[in-house]
Amino acid sequence: MTQVIERISATQPPEPSSDTTHWREYFSFSTDHKVIGIQYLVTTFGFYLLGGLMASVIRAELATPDTDLVSSDLYNGLFTVHATVMIFLWIVPAVTGGFGNYLVPLMIGARDMAFPKLNAVAFWIIPPAGALLLSSFFFGAPSTGWTAYPPLSILTDQHVGQAIWIFSIILLGTSSILAAVNFVVTIFSMRMPGMDFFSMPLFCWAILSASGLVLIATPVLAGAMILLGFDLLAGTNFFNPTGGGDPVVYQHLFWFYSHPAVYVMILPVFGIISEILPVHSRKPIFGYKAIAFSSVFICILGLVVWAHHMFTSGTPDWLRIFFMIATLLVAVPTGIKVFSWLATLWGGKLRLESPLLFAIGFVSMFVVGGLSGVMLGSVPVDIHLHDTYFIVAHFHYVLFGGSVFGIYAGFYHWFPKMVGRMLNEFWGKVHFVLTFVGFNLCFLPMHLLGLQGMPRRVAQYDPQFANINVICSIGAFILAISTFPFLFNAAWSWFYGPKAVDNPWNALTLEWTTSSPPHPHNWIGEPVLATGPYDYGVPMDEFEEESMFTGTID
Amino acid sequence: MKIQKIIQITAVFSLIIAASLWYSQNHGLLPVQAAEEAVLYDNLFNALIAIVTAIFLLVQGFIIYSMIRFRRRKGDDTDGIALHDNFVLEIVWTAIPTILVMWVGIYSFDVYTSMKGTDFMSMPMAHHHSPISAEQIANLAMPAAMADTLPSQPEIDSQQAPSGQLVADSSLPLVIDVSAMRYAWIFTYPGTEIVTSEMHVPVGRKVKLNLNAQDVNHAFWVPQFRLKQDTIPGITTNMEFTPNKLGEYPIICAELCGGYHGGMRTTITVQTPTEYDSWLKEEAEVASNSPQTLAFRQVLKDPTQMSDREFLTEQAQAMRIDKDLPTEIHDHIDRMNHHHMHEMASYLTSATSTN
Repeated sequence: MTQVIERISATQPPEPSSDTTHWREYFSFSTDHKVIGIQYLVTTFGFYLLGGLMASVIRAELATPDTDLVSSDLYNGLFTVHATVMIFLWIVPAVTGGFGNYLVPLMIGARDMAFPKLNAVAFWIIPPAGALLLSSFFFGAPSTGWTAYPPLSILTDQHVGQAIWIFSIILLGTSSILAAVNFVVTIFSMRMPGMDFFSMPLFCWAILSASGLVLIATPVLAGAMILLGFDLLAGTNFFNPTGGGDPVVYQHLFWFYSHPAVYVMILPVFGIISEILPVHSRKPIFGYKAIAFSSVFICILGLVVWAHHMFTSGTPDWLRIFFMIATLLVAVPTGIKVFSWLATLWGGKLRLESPLLFAIGFVSMFVVGGLSGVMLGSVPVDIHLHDTYFIVAHFHYVLFGGSVFGIYAGFYHWFPKMVGRMLNEFWGKVHFVLTFVGFNLCFLPMHLLGLQGMPRRVAQYDPQFANINVICSIGAFILAISTFPFLFNAAWSWFYGPKAVDNPWNALTLEWTTSSPPHPHNWIGEPVLATGPYDYGVPMDEFEEESMFTGTID
Repeated sequence: MKIQKIIQITAVFSLIIAASLWYSQNHGLLPVQAAEEAVLYDNLFNALIAIVTAIFLLVQGFIIYSMIRFRRRKGDDTDGIALHDNFVLEIVWTAIPTILVMWVGIYSFDVYTSMKGTDFMSMPMAHHHSPISAEQIANLAMPAAMADTLPSQPEIDSQQAPSGQLVADSSLPLVIDVSAMRYAWIFTYPGTEIVTSEMHVPVGRKVKLNLNAQDVNHAFWVPQFRLKQDTIPGITTNMEFTPNKLGEYPIICAELCGGYHGGMRTTITVQTPTEYDSWLKEEAEVASNSPQTLAFRQVLKDPTQMSDREFLTEQAQAMRIDKDLPTEIHDHIDRMNHHHMHEMASYLTSATSTN
């Protein structure tokens, strides 16, 4: 492996002996995991803005009950591509490829990922695949939802768009698999001497679990996509009932990946939160092993809950009951994590700045999504709520209130390390408040819409829901506006922000032991493992137990 | 001091529980209950609301309290307590959620079996896979599973019972065949000649639906009944409910089925048995000479004699669809050919001849 790395660095054109990363590196086929991590984060954030733009058009259309802004086919195309972009081009690559690439080698004291070239290949699949997906708007965007259920996806009028969609999903899935292989090998074989699995930061546990899920589940999605592609383009009948195919089989294959995909999107964010809370609360993480094992447990359970997306689709009763029990059980390891985070806050010295605000916002919002998830796990409850706005509210609380809040927390926390400059705290708080208010205004009322009878994926709806939809749309626009303080803050601080010291937060994980931004080889000398990742805090015996629980620590 | 703490904590917990219980009975989140199943559903839903509200208040309250209580004071650069874990606490917060979700699971199972809103144990799989001709494969726009497996010659008369016969024995479930197609619902009352686009049912009598889709997946949803069932081409799905409140409720398509998905809705009218009887008689009478039924019959007799546009336009009119819709339907028609019409006719045949 060292051989590989040496050979690669020998071929790097811009100043091989330099202590800094040349800006041109970021636009090249770089094999430096930090460059690739930042390439991922910036690229995916660009896609996030595009996906957000589509969301804004969707909410503008839904501000009135009639189809009056875009045509109904374009509307369906917008929400299909919105979801696809947000999942496959934003959250999945940002949390695994972005934060995973940047942080995992630094956290385990490695010089790079195990397979640097593979890493670069995995990243460079993404921009063309994303461009391909977006190009579908010129041919009639895929309009069958990101789930692309047959027969609709086979009979669709947007044949070309649907084919483009399938092809880009296969490409993005491939990228995801390549990245996951790299993470597993890196975490297993490249930890520095003295770091065993249980002294690894929890983020690495989370990435390991998520990568395991990607490796098991993504090939199944690829299979489903290939079969669907044949049905669409070659007239085969895998899923087409006209020729004896079974559309329900597609749903099984699709959700076998797409439910675990939710955990691929949320587990790394759990990891981010487990890193940020201790640093900014000045306390050890509460229940390290419980959090680590709960990631693994969620990963295993996450593989056997997929049919809860199909409670109304024609699954046999016994299957529904099995999947209901498995689904409800996911609440247990998830609860362990949430309670452990809360216990981490308890008795700390909370530095209420942007990273911690977003991290706490994550816990708060994710709990809402988790609780509605428990309700939806119950078969009878789900039968009423399936495919309604309640579902839309639920998964946005998990994926926006959860994942995106967590990603923002990560941005604020690691920006000084990545860029070497501090972000502006005031605009960070503005960003947080606008995001928090906009998000809740947009998605909280959707629970009510779904319960009352508004189905999802509709461009026109019963006028009785008009007022609530206006509130949602106002929330969505606040959410759209909330992006600007962040964008300007990040762009300005990147060049003009105050210089960051090596360890601005007094954190203990290894990435903070090198310079900000890190040396191209991560550490000039050898990294030193001085403490565990979470050894914060004044020893217990210096506190009276009574004062700890009464909160009279001053 | 210690007793004071215990009292305070007990008071907070009691308040949270009281608030959750109150909210679970007064949330007003659900629409009117119009079926017996909705009553069962709402009890389960309210129980879940009580649980999630309590957890929500506990967690959010804890967060807000911690943010105030444990915020870093200016100039304080010290750390918090080195509290790594607490075995008892971790056992408690593993055990309580486990017990809670198990209880939710058992209660849900119980409600599910009592509702029996859908019964897939008896799902017929026999006519699920059937080979079709190359010609049909070439025309992917319409499914032929029904057409293939049912007799192509209409045998209406021999199958039919006198209209209104099913009303007589109200202890038996009322069977209605539901067919979903873009973007309309067609309801056939077996044993009668009635084919409608709006569903009428008598209050208090169990209704059993056999659902099928003609083109793509749809889903039959009545929010006031709290029931939903996907309709899948090539598979017959079932749904049962007992309406218990007079009124008119929406039937909504809940599964994305194309551009006009949001407009695919109709109504179900829950009537008194007498009203229902007269509706049934009226419809049966009308059925024999209404343009709607004539259109259906004409199609049944010889669908190849009609142009596609003629056929679907008439059908659209018969189904009293909005004036806006025909443009969409016309677009649809233009992409179809006679072959599909043949299948459509077969479907209509089957719709009137089954049972």
